[in-house]
Amino acid sequence: MSTEAAVVEEVKEKKAEPLFSKKNKKLISNPLDIDNPVTVQILGVCSALAVTTQMKPAFVMSLGLTIVTACSNVAISALRNTIPSRIRIIVQLAIVSLWVILVDQILKAYVYDVSKQLSVFVGLIITNCIVMGRLEAFAMGNKPWPAFLDGMGNGLGYGMILMILAFIRELFGAGSLFGFKVFASLGLPYQGNGLLLLPAGACILLGSIIWIQRSLNGYRESH
Amino acid sequence: MENLINIGVRSIFIDNMIFAYFLGMCSFLAISKKVKTAFGLGIAVIFVIGITVPINWLIQNYVLTAGSLAWVGPDYANIDLGFLQFIVFISVIAAITQLTEMAVEKFSPALYGTLGIFLPLIAVNCSVLGAALFMVGRPYNLAEATVFGLGSGTGWMLAIVALAGVREKMKYSNVPAPLRGLGITFILVGLMSLGFLSFMGFSL
Repeated sequence: MSTEAAVVEEVKEKKAEPLFSKKNKKLISNPLDIDNPVTVQILGVCSALAVTTQMKPAFVMSLGLTIVTACSNVAISALRNTIPSRIRIIVQLAIVSLWVILVDQILKAYVYDVSKQLSVFVGLIITNCIVMGRLEAFAMGNKPWPAFLDGMGNGLGYGMILMILAFIRELFGAGSLFGFKVFASLGLPYQGNGLLLLPAGACILLGSIIWIQRSLNGYRESH
Repeated sequence: MENLINIGVRSIFIDNMIFAYFLGMCSFLAISKKVKTAFGLGIAVIFVIGITVPINWLIQNYVLTAGSLAWVGPDYANIDLGFLQFIVFISVIAAITQLTEMAVEKFSPALYGTLGIFLPLIAVNCSVLGAALFMVGRPYNLAEATVFGLGSGTGWMLAIVALAGVREKMKYSNVPAPLRGLGITFILVGLMSLGFLSFMGFSL
């Protein structure tokens, strides 16, 4: 009797999806490359260009966005069957802004200088299209755990582009990394390229990154 | 009066929402394929920013700032509701967007058809919330805030119409395949932004 129950238990266990199944792993790995939120889905571009003049704010921003996306994905996914579809945008915005207020208060308390540097862009996580886009496209139709992974994956994909942009812009624009003067400490004379620190430089750089990425993975647009 | 004109010109050209701050880039890139749709969306954005900035100014100055509730009664003079800023602003913006959507649907069904799902997305257009948050950081009065809102919206519309014009012509040029679409659009925006940099020389 007891063995039978154990067998039944085991079968049930097998039917339930393991936490890191192949499908779930894809949720994390896809946004890093072929489904990247910034370079493929065109989401969250505003902040990707604006906060990347230095590594430190870019890092804090990606961390904040990953937390907000993952947490609000879980919250919306848990509530998905009770939200009336006509007012869902307002409900989503309310939940997202709760998380953003939390992140903002924590930043102000522990890293005040970075919080000052990011200025309005922490608040603008609310209207960051990645958060809303993932809520609409994924969390409204999936269970909390996959929604959490999807949020993490998209946050990381966004963070990856941010770090690449910030690395190039800070290293060649100001000659430093995380505020550490790289060229000066190596004893090389280096005149920073001011264009990279301007909005224009960031756009052209991101365009080139997209070009390289699409040449590698074969993604094409019609025109 | 001169002051208002200065703020208007500054918010349209020098502090252009797109080319100086990158706000509202998502819909800027997604809806700039045709001049006509771009123009319609631009008008809707001007309308929404022009209304939400003054409303948010009133809320900020009479409800949210520390000590601003003194007009209710002396007991309320010590209350600081500043931490509610984000959630209040975004609710106002979402409500006004909903109203705009209904108005457009009623008065111009053709435009409603073309803008489609993008109208509700004005609520999450960064430039609208961004304008409200910039307004808080600067010492504007009500009239100045209104002019700033209208100016920012106009700047955004100019930018999206200009980009749409260039992209319509781009169809005839031979762009390398991996660069087509988003890639070349970014480079275009970069070049246009360089042009707008020349306005930085003006001091108003």
